[in-house]
Amino acid sequence: MNTPILQMRGITKTFPGVKALQDVTLDVQRGEVHAICGENGAGKSTLMKVLSGVYPHNSFEGEILFEDEPCNFSSISDSEKRGIVIIHQELALSPYLSIAENIYLGNEQAKNGWVDWRKTNLEAAKLLARVGLSENPITPVQHISVGKQQLVEIAKALSKEVKLLILDEPTAALNDEDSGHLLDLILHLKGQGITSIIISHKLNEIRKVADAVTIIRDGKTIETLRLDEGQITQERIIRGMVGRDLESLYPERDPKIGEEVLRIEDWSVRHPQDHTRTVVHNASLNVRKGEVVGLAGLMGAGRTELAMSVFGRTYGTATSGKVYKYGQEINTSTVAEAIRHGIAYATEDRKRYGLNLIEDIKRNISMAALRKLVKGGWVDKNQETVVANGYRKSMNIKAPSVAAITGKLSGGNQQKVVLSKWMFSDPDVLILDEPTRGIDVGAKFEIYTIIARLAAEGKAVIVISSELPELLGICDRIYTLSAGHVTGEVPIAEASQETLMHYMTKEKE
Amino acid sequence: MSALRESLGFLTSRLRQVGIFVALILIVLLFQGLTGGILLEPQNVSNLVVQNSYILILAIGMVMVIIAGHIDLSVGSIAGFIGAVAGVMIVHWGWAWWLAIPACLLVGALVGAWQGYWIAYVGIPAFIVTLAGMLIFRGLTLITLKNQQITPFPAELRALGGGFLPDISGGTSVLEWLTVILGVGATVALLIQALKERRIRKKFDLENEPMAWFATKTTFIALLMLIITFLLASYRGTPIVLIVLAVLVIVYTALMNNSVFGRHTYAIGGNLHAAELSGVKTKAVTFRLFVNMGVLAALAGLVFTARLNSAQPAGGTGFELDSIAAAFIGGAAVQGGIGTVAGAMIGGLIMGVLNNGMSILGLGTDYQQLIKGLVLLLAVGFDIFNKNRSGGGGGSTLGKRFKLRTTPPASTESKPPAGNEAPAQERPVPVSAAKPE
Repeated sequence: MNTPILQMRGITKTFPGVKALQDVTLDVQRGEVHAICGENGAGKSTLMKVLSGVYPHNSFEGEILFEDEPCNFSSISDSEKRGIVIIHQELALSPYLSIAENIYLGNEQAKNGWVDWRKTNLEAAKLLARVGLSENPITPVQHISVGKQQLVEIAKALSKEVKLLILDEPTAALNDEDSGHLLDLILHLKGQGITSIIISHKLNEIRKVADAVTIIRDGKTIETLRLDEGQITQERIIRGMVGRDLESLYPERDPKIGEEVLRIEDWSVRHPQDHTRTVVHNASLNVRKGEVVGLAGLMGAGRTELAMSVFGRTYGTATSGKVYKYGQEINTSTVAEAIRHGIAYATEDRKRYGLNLIEDIKRNISMAALRKLVKGGWVDKNQETVVANGYRKSMNIKAPSVAAITGKLSGGNQQKVVLSKWMFSDPDVLILDEPTRGIDVGAKFEIYTIIARLAAEGKAVIVISSELPELLGICDRIYTLSAGHVTGEVPIAEASQETLMHYMTKEKE
Repeated sequence: MSALRESLGFLTSRLRQVGIFVALILIVLLFQGLTGGILLEPQNVSNLVVQNSYILILAIGMVMVIIAGHIDLSVGSIAGFIGAVAGVMIVHWGWAWWLAIPACLLVGALVGAWQGYWIAYVGIPAFIVTLAGMLIFRGLTLITLKNQQITPFPAELRALGGGFLPDISGGTSVLEWLTVILGVGATVALLIQALKERRIRKKFDLENEPMAWFATKTTFIALLMLIITFLLASYRGTPIVLIVLAVLVIVYTALMNNSVFGRHTYAIGGNLHAAELSGVKTKAVTFRLFVNMGVLAALAGLVFTARLNSAQPAGGTGFELDSIAAAFIGGAAVQGGIGTVAGAMIGGLIMGVLNNGMSILGLGTDYQQLIKGLVLLLAVGFDIFNKNRSGGGGGSTLGKRFKLRTTPPASTESKPPAGNEAPAQERPVPVSAAKPE
């Protein structure tokens, strides 16, 4: 097993002003599953882009040997020809094309320029069988779940006779069951001799599949841990990633809970397109001053839908319900109204719904409360810079200046910009939807600290999260939702993953 | 040495802004040579300003619409229509200019409101609505004019198109002193403003241009302004429309940079969803942008009509394409969120100098169109090439190129690819994924 399939030596990649990778070394043995761990912004994705030819061979320093031959890729298609296939975190499938068409997209099964549909679908079916997906190859991709789409991506990779499969956070958008399938598949492919590199934040998954783990921190290789040497432990990985031992994953809190700030009563929401479907049924919940309240639920439970509907009807149609703040009914029918009443909602998808990625940090921070900066009819740009610099410091946003473009920041820092934006709107109630999704361990701790600080300042905080340990770690009280119903309200003292899961899967009579 | 390197590094990072400016100067020098010096003769400079003023006025509104992620194909027809309305009001009905001008601008606002309603509140893409508008308002122009031109207009209105500021020396001097005072005053104001801006950026610890580059650029622009002042002053002075244009550029630059409305325009072009979820009233902003475009198109129509001294059935034809080209040559991004009024003005001037220079050379419209098309293609192509390079990616697909255009380095991560378009709410969600022990 000790034959290297891939050797990357002395890889250094610089962006204007930033050294993204510095003398990085990566050795992958043939037939192993090699995990790459590191905080967001550590350089994992950059390294994979260097490997797969997204960054052409003359744009970085260092050498890459694949099967003992040097690689000078100038595009992805070059690396694919050699059998290196990368599957990105955000899937690159065309939603309206069929599974088979997607698998052979760019590699059509054609005869004399005409697509051979029989062969396309037959071959696709064989590939689907290999990845354990029982779907008809002519089904449009938009009709299958994200978990299955991930399998289609892998089938597509197999169609290219992949030798080295790179998966960038393959389970980030998957539920437990689908994640399990995917990991089993990776192990299954390993049995067929396919080497995999997997980038993941989820340490339990890494322990399940990885034969070796390379840790990258601040653009440098820290170490490579090997399973057969008994080095792969959670403590060791975390220490390598953050450069210190994390004694606690969650900050200490001493909650001082006061009066009720927000109460949602009897809230119902219909699906935006399918009006016969009720997504949230008569939900009621409240949150108090200084309190962190969690919303737990499985996929389709209606947590985001509930939050967005309350926040300016940004999802579906609200058919019943009232919102009270300090006991007074308030109107939250537009986002502007909701903000005026001191409600803030930080979305689960910060890139698509949270940030203007082509704009700089300061303009993103001021966006939700621009009017606070208006002096004599004009936006006071100096004040804006002062405000943004204040948040850069207090939130520890790592960027050269507040004039840096947010699209260039790492996920954790982007999330801090989103939180700064909402803090500047000076809300009484913050609804944070998956505040740590796609964020690494170190930055997660920072986000939790910010949440704790907000609560200590007397804000009422609602956290929507799919990670139960996270809710258990930071909340004072947790509501569970199941199929649009609030099925439980659990004080933290009585909460455990088992009780929460029990309520989250409870069927409402 | 390090100062030089710093300057060079800065220049490459701003290649687009610097490039477009240098391109304008090169084109001016080229035609100055080709036309044997006619291009920069005082009379021709004056003509150049007046001839292009209406395109530049349109380009201001157009770049705003483009920043918001829309487009407006109807401005030429609206300009023609307003010319016709002005003809009816002033020539047929005998309205005074001070009544007819505001009335025409109001009609322009209503036209803009009509289109803005369909775009913002009904949700029809601007391309379709304004394509329809292009036909509708051309039709209305023909109906209003009954297919005949209306002429002549009174001198007060004609001054808007071809008039000059009065000569305060009473015709005794070779130079128009009012123009000299205005030009020198504007140059001094610009220098003070530039220095102030630089000091503030330093104070707030923001990235500043290297001193060498700043000094070169500012001196250069100041010199350029003084030269233009001199040229205008030695002909008939400052065209009135130049004053109008200067006021518009200053006001709209401030509006786009420092007003809530301007910021919201950039925000909805940059990321519509994020803007919406930040409490930006996206529909209202879009609506107002088109009302504004309508007013500016009306003003352009008035200036054009005044210059020709006639409202014509075909008036304004093709203006939309020139103003769109000006905005894109000036660095606006097709998918919105990026662009400046100043850039659009330079873009417009490039088109204007090309038009004027080629006309002097006696090239027919056939070659003029060919060359203008190529210039537009090259300008935007250069833009994309440049951003690709600074992104460090050798992206092979068209989609990647477009993404690189919006966010340089981290761009490949910035937008989810089209394959993942399922609504966020319907995505399966991992449950209790990482259990820390």
